[in-house]
Amino acid sequence: MSEHHIVPLKTYFSVFATLMFFTAITVAVAFVDLGPANNVVMLSIAVLKATLVVMFFMHAKYGTRLIPLVAASGFFFVLLMFVITMSDYMSRGWLGAGLPWRPAS
Amino acid sequence: MSHGHSPFLAHHFDDLEQQKEASTLGMWLFLVQEVMFFGGLFMCYLLYRWKDPNAFAAGSHELSIELGGFNTIVLIASSLTMALGVRSAQQGKIKALINWLYATGFLGTVFLVVKYFEYSAKWEHHLIPGPNFHFAGEVGNRAELFFSLYFAMTGMHALHMIVGLGLLVWLVRKAMKGHFTAEYYNPVENFGLYWHFVDIVWIFLFPLLYLIGRHYHGGA
Repeated sequence: MSEHHIVPLKTYFSVFATLMFFTAITVAVAFVDLGPANNVVMLSIAVLKATLVVMFFMHAKYGTRLIPLVAASGFFFVLLMFVITMSDYMSRGWLGAGLPWRPAS
Repeated sequence: MSHGHSPFLAHHFDDLEQQKEASTLGMWLFLVQEVMFFGGLFMCYLLYRWKDPNAFAAGSHELSIELGGFNTIVLIASSLTMALGVRSAQQGKIKALINWLYATGFLGTVFLVVKYFEYSAKWEHHLIPGPNFHFAGEVGNRAELFFSLYFAMTGMHALHMIVGLGLLVWLVRKAMKGHFTAEYYNPVENFGLYWHFVDIVWIFLFPLLYLIGRHYHGGA
């Protein structure tokens, strides 16, 4: 039986510190009006934080390649659902058929 | 069980390594299902926020960034204590494992207590969707949809935490009875994966719910 990879304590604490740092950044940026870019910054930071948790806390980095693949497939299919659903709602009424479904204001 | 060197090895696996890989993969597949489940809620959020961004910003403005931020720190800290618990299990330090599980449970409970106070404040301010919902801002009751999603998403998340706390108690009891060793701690590892997943959900919920209304200054 092979030894399981034991991650150094330093790695866990650095990941935690990085997560805290980006939490502070995301709160700070929320108070600055960047228009639509606020969402981009906010979601990029969230994706980065989630990736750190998956890779280090959840050991995806240390196991077989299968685990990151399975994890990514879940997020891929959620993204697919977002894209297909939104392309439907956003394009309703474009060709004069169906009811338009536009933002309220 | 004649061929098994370890009492922890189920007879349909070749060795503990294979058993652990199978159990980890199974847990990840469950988490993919969880991603799809929460994905549906995020889909609703995306669609209705796109339809009425001002109502969402106005609703978000009513949430307490202090309490939400505090809970984010608490939850990420509980992920750290959980990761350290799994590390102790890997090294066969069962006493340390039990202490880290206690720490994780404590932080999880703190999160839920804060959530309770947040929910009660919403109750007092008539922000629970339903017949008594009343939103004073310019967007009026259009903000109700934001609060419906706020309660659905944070409620589902809190439910996952309550289930997690129950599983923690079960793990502590098993650890105390000596069910885990350095060579077998799959339930600890799998619970850790679940707990970190719940943390990830919050990593997305916090900015999407609490942080989108900070520069909202009224207006429909």
